[in-house]
Amino acid sequence: MTDTKRSEAGPSVRARFAAVSHWWNGQSRPVQWAYMVPVVLFLLALPVLNPPIITTEPYTDFPISLFNAAVFALIAIGLNVVIGQAGLLDLGYVGFFAIGAYTAALLSSPDSELGVRYPWLVIVPIAMVVTMISGVILGTPTLRLRGDYLAIVTLGFGEIVRLLADNVDPLRGNRGFQNIARPGGEFPDGTPIFSQTDALGFYWLAVIIIVIVLLFMGNLERSRVGRAWIAVREDEDAAELSGVPTYRFKIWAFAIGAAVGGLSGTLFAAQVGYVNNQRFDVTTSILYLAAVVLGGQGNKVGVIVGAFLVSYIPDRFQFEPQYRFLVFGIALIVLMIFRPQGLLGMRQHLLTYGRQAYRKLFGAGAAVAPSGLSASSRARGDLPETTPDDHAGTSPRGGGE
Amino acid sequence: MSAGDDVQRSATPVGATHESTSTSLDVPPSEEGILESLEHMGAAERAEHDAAVSASVAPARDFAVAQGETLLAVDGLTVRFGGLTALDDVSFDVRRGEILGLIGPNGAGKTTCFNIMTGVYRPTSGDVLLEGRSLARMKRYRIIQAGVARTFQNIRLFGAMTALENVVVGTDARHRTSVPGALLRLPRHRREERDAVEKAMALLEFVGIADRAADKATALPYGYQRRLEIARALATEPKLLCLDEPAAGFSASEKDALSELILKIRDDGYTVVIVEHDMRVVLGVTDRLVVLDFGRKIADGLPDEVRRDPAVISAYLGGAVEDAPAGAGEEDA
Repeated sequence: MTDTKRSEAGPSVRARFAAVSHWWNGQSRPVQWAYMVPVVLFLLALPVLNPPIITTEPYTDFPISLFNAAVFALIAIGLNVVIGQAGLLDLGYVGFFAIGAYTAALLSSPDSELGVRYPWLVIVPIAMVVTMISGVILGTPTLRLRGDYLAIVTLGFGEIVRLLADNVDPLRGNRGFQNIARPGGEFPDGTPIFSQTDALGFYWLAVIIIVIVLLFMGNLERSRVGRAWIAVREDEDAAELSGVPTYRFKIWAFAIGAAVGGLSGTLFAAQVGYVNNQRFDVTTSILYLAAVVLGGQGNKVGVIVGAFLVSYIPDRFQFEPQYRFLVFGIALIVLMIFRPQGLLGMRQHLLTYGRQAYRKLFGAGAAVAPSGLSASSRARGDLPETTPDDHAGTSPRGGGE
Repeated sequence: MSAGDDVQRSATPVGATHESTSTSLDVPPSEEGILESLEHMGAAERAEHDAAVSASVAPARDFAVAQGETLLAVDGLTVRFGGLTALDDVSFDVRRGEILGLIGPNGAGKTTCFNIMTGVYRPTSGDVLLEGRSLARMKRYRIIQAGVARTFQNIRLFGAMTALENVVVGTDARHRTSVPGALLRLPRHRREERDAVEKAMALLEFVGIADRAADKATALPYGYQRRLEIARALATEPKLLCLDEPAAGFSASEKDALSELILKIRDDGYTVVIVEHDMRVVLGVTDRLVVLDFGRKIADGLPDEVRRDPAVISAYLGGAVEDAPAGAGEEDA
């Protein structure tokens, strides 16, 4: 049966991709993470290798470009919770990024009226809590709205945050905050790991943070919480009438998305060391949205790739400054024509989402009805190929495609 | 349907997961209790057979003691949309362990009545009481938790989820894990996840679609989607299951299979309210009928009585009985 399916699939690119994703989704989660280790190591080594063609130098410092891409990826992961999973169109996400950055500034810059200079590691949890609370504050009244109305209100929220930064005196408008705290530590030769000029350390930190956030997001996705989000996205009324407290879980989506946005804000503020009101406009929010849509809504790996492209392409094609956004725009259009669902679309996402459930399905299927399930499914050929091992519950397989 | 065989095999683990959630009655349903109560149900012999097969699949429910008591009371329900009175002072009871048919011509207010019972709309006046608790002001998801589940006239599944995941969403109605528990994979979260998949799988077998558990809901055939909706509703462990036109679009043989399934659900201890136009299905499964017409209750009683009720005949066929077009309405039953 396995062979039949393979030959039917044929040699097309799509089938190959499906085969790879089928194989990938068949692996258990620890095995997948084991495969990810070399990938992460490669990503960590990338700025040191500084490979030709890929590098953005001499126009943009490659580690800094990569760091910016990593921050962008972190933002996209947070925004993906709100847009990709819960299906809530948030056009003011930059507001949370700004709140994170300003929290870091207020708590550590000598320019701050608070007069405190907390270390970065203390600032991070505070900033995340502050942004989380602001997410709840934004969500509580607005999440009763749906669709376009919600988009407009969140757009307004992003603008309010920016205008506050412009106009509230303690936030110092255009003058901004200098000398924001950054993490400590030195390389063996005495140079600081985390500095404004050399983003290598910050890039590594960002990649490690992304890995940790992805782990937690994976936990959420494969739980009642993730299911509630997807259910809300698919059909909010049916979700509520199936017992999902939709309002509560939408607020959670906002709060978690906001916390990740705040985290990326502190990371950004620490690397640049300077925050003023110039980076938090609507365009930035739209770029975040573009990253999520490009990469594939609801697909964590997809949105990371999308964020990388959105951040990297303008840096890479800087040799003709007046054309770099043209290249960027063409790339976006081409992508949207050929992959309207994003680089890694819904299907990929759902396999990721369903992986553990399938594994449990076959494990539990073996326990519940050892012969019943396999007999009927094999006869119809509807289920993915199963081996005798599956029914012992030892070798989880999955994938419904 | 070969589902019965699968169900028998899967019986034990499911019953186990349900034990902790049994309803207000403390009497655990013993084997004898189940069989005894079945005799009192007044159902056909086939019900007895099916029940013996599948009784242990269903939640440990109030079989023996509470048969025939009022489970849900619809009390003076009035609903107005602007100038339109969709329901006008409708009262009826749903009794434990019965299948109640809610019928009437198009626009009679059947689905409105469902929507009130499940919290989609709020009544203008009157109330719906589940075991004495008012549902009229309860949040929708609380109504589910209180024990009223429903399916939809137009199928409303979560299309991007697999069949199994759809049912697991239903089981989540009884789960308490929220973000912290899921984030840190606390023991309760892990236990709930394990139980949920096991139970969802058993429910898919119960409704006869386990072979497509890993398929996306949108990829399932129409009949499977209808059954999947029923499985999702059952996963919330309802006391009362409301089926909104479950046989719509079915062929004759599919309708028979569905009728069997509905009887099996009742025999497992659920109470069922069904809105359905197909009189063969309605008369085949219901123990009692409530007839609505223009938002008013015009009849309430055993199917055979209701069928002969002049008011019902006139409501269905319009005007005087003599004007009835030949072969219309419920005569095909």
